[in-house]
Amino acid sequence: MKRYKLVLSISILALILVSIVALMCGSYSVSFGEVIQTLLGNGTKAQKIAIFSLRMPRIITAVFVGISLSTAGCIMQSVTRNPLAEPGMIGINAGAAFAIVLLISMKSSAYYSELSVSTIYMMPFVSMLGAFAAAFLIYFLSFKKGVKPTRLILVGIGVNAGLNAAITLYQLNMSKGDYNQALTWISGSLWGSSWIYVKMLVPVVLILLALILYRNKKLDLLTLGDEMATGLGVSSSKETKILLCLAVALAAVATSVAGNIAFLGLLGPHIGRKLVGPKHMRLIPVAGCISGVLIVIADTASRNLFLPLEIPVGITLSLIGVPYFIYLMMREQS
Amino acid sequence: MSKRITIITFIGIILVATGLAVATCVGAKNIPLSTVWDSLFHYEDTLDMQLVRNARLPRAIASALVGGILALAGAMMQGVTRNPIAEPSVLGMTQGATLAVAFVSTNASMYGLLGNTMAAFIGALLSGGLILLFSMQKAANMSMARLLLAGTAMSTFFISMASVIAMLNNRSQELSFWVAGGFRTASWKQVMLLLIVGGIATILSFFMAHKINIVSLGEEVSIGLGVNPVKIRFLAILLLIPMCAVSVATAGNIAFTGLIVPHIIRKTVGQDYRYVMPLSFLLGSALLVWADIAARMVNIPYETPIGIFTAVLGVPVFILLVRKEKN
Repeated sequence: MKRYKLVLSISILALILVSIVALMCGSYSVSFGEVIQTLLGNGTKAQKIAIFSLRMPRIITAVFVGISLSTAGCIMQSVTRNPLAEPGMIGINAGAAFAIVLLISMKSSAYYSELSVSTIYMMPFVSMLGAFAAAFLIYFLSFKKGVKPTRLILVGIGVNAGLNAAITLYQLNMSKGDYNQALTWISGSLWGSSWIYVKMLVPVVLILLALILYRNKKLDLLTLGDEMATGLGVSSSKETKILLCLAVALAAVATSVAGNIAFLGLLGPHIGRKLVGPKHMRLIPVAGCISGVLIVIADTASRNLFLPLEIPVGITLSLIGVPYFIYLMMREQS
Repeated sequence: MSKRITIITFIGIILVATGLAVATCVGAKNIPLSTVWDSLFHYEDTLDMQLVRNARLPRAIASALVGGILALAGAMMQGVTRNPIAEPSVLGMTQGATLAVAFVSTNASMYGLLGNTMAAFIGALLSGGLILLFSMQKAANMSMARLLLAGTAMSTFFISMASVIAMLNNRSQELSFWVAGGFRTASWKQVMLLLIVGGIATILSFFMAHKINIVSLGEEVSIGLGVNPVKIRFLAILLLIPMCAVSVATAGNIAFTGLIVPHIIRKTVGQDYRYVMPLSFLLGSALLVWADIAARMVNIPYETPIGIFTAVLGVPVFILLVRKEKN
């Protein structure tokens, strides 16, 4: 318990520190003292704009996207009892991204037009629809006298490949302006995050998180295996379905604002499990904070490495994530 | 059994022959078969005949060769790893080649030196060799799930790197055309490359078929019968690398061909690789020739990426294979 409190407070502290650094860096750099001054209300106009209307909403969005993807990853890994399961790999994010791409290509006609506010508000619902459709498809296709976790993942990879091919088809038919907009969702990017995104994202994530934490004991039991869970009085197939639905919803909301970000649902939970063990009441908050730290770092890097160009954060994360993933596989085999 | 083989050979030859004829005749401009015939044997300098000689014909032949090589490569990989889903694009090899292309095509001095095709070839040779050496040795003892996850992770990595390079040079949409694959740029130069490099590797691989048969029975059986599986696997890799490299260099990233065709062949004629391998080549050719016709004809005068058609056929086969896996 003591260790848990220590780890949690360190990771929250790290999240705050990283966020302050992210507030400082950019094409208009602000020093540490100035950030504090601006936060207290004494900044110049340029500093206020850079911090309050550009960087702050983006960082908050990043943190909540990190939390939701990491929680979705936690649930999937526990429910499928496969440490490599992750919403980005098994096609759920791709389903959401596909729905968004369809929406964008339907709604936008002018070459460099900006998306209207009503479209932005529609995005979470559309992406949720896409994610659930993909999840349902995967579940349906892997059903053969019950759903086995391994089969779920394998079928998911196949569905992922199919959806990506479909996305490519739309991509190629787009004009260059639309294409660049769609690319943001396909590779995962926080470009253009504003307070509208924050207002939409934060309440939904908090509600879903509360629902999941309320079920943390059941999630712990499911990790032990179907027989054990049933023996201990948890209806395993019913709880599995509910929890998977919650995980899909979280992944969908995150995808609706940040696009298809892979590997984040893998990195956070793994590091978290090493630090505080498998109990979900402790794991989910710690893993969420760690994922938040990772995505804020990756996003700051994507914004600053190639100034004035920006690369999608999803790509930066997969460049970090893949080597770690391969390392996990190798270590597990030996 | 032998009757089935004759029937399939017959069907395959007819499909390839009619496919080649149709591919040269139809398109944004339809050309009568007699003109095609004339342009082969009584060449005159008219526009139609130029179109046939310099655009349609190399394209049709390139698609047939690439299809055959990819399907054969898939069959070989599945044989030596004893894993029904091993395939160049599933293992991330073609994506590695895509990275090489992105790197070279945005680097002016290297592009001038090599050109797209040679760049892709060298890139595919390097990255493909690396992945094959890494994955094939492991793939033999890997479960389907592990191999797939490793392959997916590798391809994500390569595509991400390629996207970064393309984005920094404002070339991303061009790159995604490459990722989707296709025969838009097929020329006689590429056909020659396919014939020489791919042809030699293909013929050599047919001589290995009986050894692959033995390796596909399993590690112990194979050693018991006096065939060293590690050595055969290594020889297969040596042949697979140039085969995949030429097809990626010509057509980019065409997924699932090596998965669909060998699966269907094994279903109909059984596990004997002496038949599976040549028949895979034949039907792979037929598949891609017709897929390329579809790619050109569905949305005239625009092209639909050919990868879509192979994915539409490939994903169901993939899911079928996965559902059959026991553990």
